[in-house]
Amino acid sequence: MIENDPLGFIAILAAMTLSVFVMRAGGFWLIGHFTLGPRVHRMLDALPGAVIAATVAPILITGGLSAWLAVGAATGAMIATRNDFAAVLAGVAAAALARAAGL
Amino acid sequence: MTANSPSNPAPRWTFDAFRLGALATLPMMPGLFAFGIAVGTVAARKGFTLFETMAMSGTVYAGMAQIIVLEAWPERLTTAAIVGAALVTGMVCMRFLLIGASLRPWLGHESPARVYPMLYLLTETNWLLSMRYRADGGSDPAFLLGSGVMVWIGWVAAAVPGYWLGASIGDPSRFALDLVMPVFFTAMLVSLWRGYRRALGWLVGGAAAVVAYYLFGGWWYVLVGALAGSIAGGLVDDRK
Repeated sequence: MIENDPLGFIAILAAMTLSVFVMRAGGFWLIGHFTLGPRVHRMLDALPGAVIAATVAPILITGGLSAWLAVGAATGAMIATRNDFAAVLAGVAAAALARAAGL
Repeated sequence: MTANSPSNPAPRWTFDAFRLGALATLPMMPGLFAFGIAVGTVAARKGFTLFETMAMSGTVYAGMAQIIVLEAWPERLTTAAIVGAALVTGMVCMRFLLIGASLRPWLGHESPARVYPMLYLLTETNWLLSMRYRADGGSDPAFLLGSGVMVWIGWVAAAVPGYWLGASIGDPSRFALDLVMPVFFTAMLVSLWRGYRRALGWLVGGAAAVVAYYLFGGWWYVLVGALAGSIAGGLVDDRK
């Protein structure tokens, strides 16, 4: 890659890097030019849960039983222990066992 | 957590908060590892050296965009191909516009010289951890920095086992490593629970994402679901 076209390789990485950074910094920069009302505050507060739901829901729909078991076990473990490690362990173990059993 | 009052502001940019943030990312590391295997496998197949793979992970630092661009890696790096890669990357990462905006109430008063370099390290993982930290009463921006630095290190390091093991481990889904990310996110959701009323936005977001997933395919569903859920969440509490 680099041997054949060093300039091109560096250019494509730089272009992609810049493109991601514009997104990472752009929202923060843009919204700083507005006064945020209470409704916008509530929308931004709701965003973390919405992003999680939007990421996980299609995985549940397409992932089958093992995905449901993983998310269910993780939820139960999290409610019981309030510990991220325990939740990840329970979820992944449940799914791995289900898959090993051919579910 | 210390109380945050105008006369006695909580200390900021402390090493304690930095370390707290760094440690909070550890449960997500197997997920980064699994994602690294996926990226490394594709990169190796496309003729990347390990150094080139790590260089890409360290600079671009956006897993989903990397995989999509790698899958369609151009034969020759023409200007058109480079612009195309940048556009695809931007589209895949558009959700960061919302994520970054949500940091404004917290970091708006910090020095831009500190905030913007830190935004380079912004990912869903360190953002979600930071939002929970904030919900639990934390306020030190060093938490976002610490978790961001740790995710960056983990992501660049994950390129190594990914590159070498990608072919031999084969399918990481055998060990359910593909589910670490959704499982970790679900655990975050449990901590963010503030009653049924607030969760309505989540329901809307999830439903919209599923619909968008089937309608548009690709990567649009996260953006659509995030927007829908956030708007719904903003409207729901209005009628209290």
